[in-house]
Amino acid sequence: MVMGDLLREVDVVVVGGGPGGYSAAFRAAELGLDTVVVDASKRLGGACLFEGCIPSKALLHVAQVMHEVERARDIGVEYGEPKISIDALRAWKDDRVITKLARGLAGVAVRHGVEVIGGRAVFESSSALRVEGDTPQRIVFKHAIVATGSLPAVLPGLDSGTAGVMNSTGALELAEIPAELLVIGGGYVGLELGTVYAALGSRVTLVEMTDGLLPGVDRDLVQPLARRIDKLFAAVHLRSRVAAVRETAGRVEVQIEGQEARRFDRVLVAVGRRAQSTGLGLPSTRVQIDERGVIAIDERCRTADPRIYAVGDVTGEPMLAHRAMRQGRIAAEVIAGKASEFDNVAVPAVVFTDPEVAWCGLTEREAKEASRPVKVARFQWAASGRAATLARSDGLTKLIVDPESGRVLGVGVVGPGAGELIAEGALAVETAALAEDLAATIHAHPTLSETLMEAAQSLLLDTGKATSA
Amino acid sequence: MPRQFVLPDLGEGLTEAEIVAVLVREGDAIQEDAPLLEVETDKAQVQIPSPMGGRVEKIHVEPGQTVKVGAVLVTFADVETGTRVASPAPGPAAAPPAAATPPPVAASRAATTAPDAPAAPPSRSGPVPATPSTRRLARELGVDLRAVPPTGPGGRVTDDDVRAAARASAPAPAAAARPAAATPLAPAALAPPLPRFEQWGPVERTPLSHLRRTIAERMTLSASIIPHVTHFDRADITDLDALIRTNLEAARARGVTLTLTGFLLKAAAVALAAHPQFNASLDAASGELILKRYHHLGVAVATERGLIVPVIRDVDKKPLLTVARELAALAQRVREGKATLDDLRGGTFTITNIGALGGTGAIPIINYPEVAILAVARAREEAVVRGGSIVPRLILPLTLTFDHRVADGADGARLAADLVRLLEHPDQLLLEL
Repeated sequence: MVMGDLLREVDVVVVGGGPGGYSAAFRAAELGLDTVVVDASKRLGGACLFEGCIPSKALLHVAQVMHEVERARDIGVEYGEPKISIDALRAWKDDRVITKLARGLAGVAVRHGVEVIGGRAVFESSSALRVEGDTPQRIVFKHAIVATGSLPAVLPGLDSGTAGVMNSTGALELAEIPAELLVIGGGYVGLELGTVYAALGSRVTLVEMTDGLLPGVDRDLVQPLARRIDKLFAAVHLRSRVAAVRETAGRVEVQIEGQEARRFDRVLVAVGRRAQSTGLGLPSTRVQIDERGVIAIDERCRTADPRIYAVGDVTGEPMLAHRAMRQGRIAAEVIAGKASEFDNVAVPAVVFTDPEVAWCGLTEREAKEASRPVKVARFQWAASGRAATLARSDGLTKLIVDPESGRVLGVGVVGPGAGELIAEGALAVETAALAEDLAATIHAHPTLSETLMEAAQSLLLDTGKATSA
Repeated sequence: MPRQFVLPDLGEGLTEAEIVAVLVREGDAIQEDAPLLEVETDKAQVQIPSPMGGRVEKIHVEPGQTVKVGAVLVTFADVETGTRVASPAPGPAAAPPAAATPPPVAASRAATTAPDAPAAPPSRSGPVPATPSTRRLARELGVDLRAVPPTGPGGRVTDDDVRAAARASAPAPAAAARPAAATPLAPAALAPPLPRFEQWGPVERTPLSHLRRTIAERMTLSASIIPHVTHFDRADITDLDALIRTNLEAARARGVTLTLTGFLLKAAAVALAAHPQFNASLDAASGELILKRYHHLGVAVATERGLIVPVIRDVDKKPLLTVARELAALAQRVREGKATLDDLRGGTFTITNIGALGGTGAIPIINYPEVAILAVARAREEAVVRGGSIVPRLILPLTLTFDHRVADGADGARLAADLVRLLEHPDQLLLEL
């Protein structure tokens, strides 16, 4: 150690201030542990708040408002053509949404006595790290929690420096609204951001390598969304790859395999995210990292190094903020000696498009791949009173149920508000509820939540079991 | 259509196994029940036979790898029709893979209820149905949820189920002393931190094998829960030894090697029938002694990997030669790592013969949840006074360790005396056979 360097000793140092990191830090502090967070940007919120979930949902809300206005025409209400003031929109997103939430998190940190140190953390050993940055210092810790998250994946062969090519972070900055936008990747990021730009007036073309949108998700849940995307986007190319991309006169020329080269104003690369575990000095510890950069952890979020824990995207799929938050709390509790474990059965996933797609627990596809016998109950929203009053009958709610016990193993929903509805599904799966439990719980009428009850009741009808039993 | 074969539920709360050997190659056409893999669990090294006939399309595991229950081991192509096909996560009633594989569910783990109670089928692979708060309770009480018989709707494990399992696994005083969290090796949580040995010289750290861990945990459990009491005795086996020697050839002609251990097993079964409280388990939760109406005797076998105790069933009902033959076959299976979990469970009393390695006596630790264990050391010729003169006699030192909660010193002395009498008078043993 160099003389004059600041030296701190703490119980817990959390590396990374995203949802996993701040959840871990707040919980550790609640449990009486002296805790600091080291974050490269010296702020709490991470990719989720500043360049992910929150800004994208803010912009999707705008898209949502515009879709509603458009649909209003069908029910006899007309507003005229929308006018978009992009500066005002950006300011609302940045100042009223992101900054406000960031200030809230900073306040929570102060209340918990958690200091946020700005700088890059580099592990020197299993018990010390140095912080490089404005206030270089060395932190000696009893335990560390690595929560460095993930970065947008780069498309192999595509020079990320090409002007006009952006990733999700760039797209959310909303620098401009391109006339022609190409989205590479039909996963949730590509669909959500494509929806935003389409609503704001871009002509969106989407290229997806596999034979369908949202690869891996049950097809019946994707279908209503796919129909909507077909209308909203200028073109959707499935089973297609981008062969070449080059910059030409302020635009981007793209060669999609099997097609003529075309020019776009912007290209959004949305091909997934990669765990961010490099440059942290982890080789100086016993932490084990695989070839994809993912840190190996056990169900208590312990790495191979007994002093070091890891949570969130850096520990691999599913890379979701809510999983990271749960893991963060668990890591803190395990450090504090509690019998906590990431034993969650259901990690809900939500695609915030219109309609939304959400699922949790076992999917029908997974059951089929594992040759696991299941019963599936589908409830079409065409039969829902609430859906009719919303003029949205394109939804579907389904339950995947164990045929022996009647236990709810998985839930899938597509339709407006699916992201909220899935909460009941997650509760059912996590608490090992039976379809009968859902069927016999009174759901308010008329609401979309009734679709879960209706699906459960249809299943019991099948088996001849009385729902009033 | 390709079929996947996953690591089946191995029972006894086992959640993972280490792949020791892969016995087939990709492309091989194999028959149903042909040996597929060798795995080592906390309990034993076992062979997993193929649940179906067909062609091995892909092997997903390699030796040395640790896999969880439910992990895909092998993908089959061209599966023969009509064979049993493994479904990776069968419901409690639909369990063809468990039936098709040798390691079945055991009932004698500490965390389960009484061994002879008809336990509900434990949950299969995949998460155990229970609410998050119940799962937390199980962790805090050190209860393995997979081993808890569920009483809730749809096979859900309730808080009460977990508490009952916790009571069954540890009597009240010990429960308080147990660590809140079930750590992989429970005693570590109690032990004070180790000094840094490196300060005195170089050290090497070697991870414990599955078997070693299991032995460590079970011995700690036994030693911390059971108040052990030990009784010493000696048997004059000069006549028995002569009997064995004169009958060696006759037995060998029938393919059996007569050993002292075979006689010990028969003598123990006879003596236990007269002292049933030593062929029992204590249910501390209910305050009942569970007397077992069967005599399945375990014999400690030293292997390169560690101590394993295979069990010979119904020793009291089988002729001596059958017991001796089964003992030899079982010991060989254990040494070759081919024992099934079935070979290792359900014991009611254990015998350990350390004679081959010398020594003058040993105080064994009870094989929980049994009540007693018998150790014998090497028999030696000693000078014995008989009718006023000194004669050479072959003397076998016996040590009987038993659970003082169940029996008192006088009871143990009586059991040992009966054993000694039967060993000293093999003719009396004959009358009992």
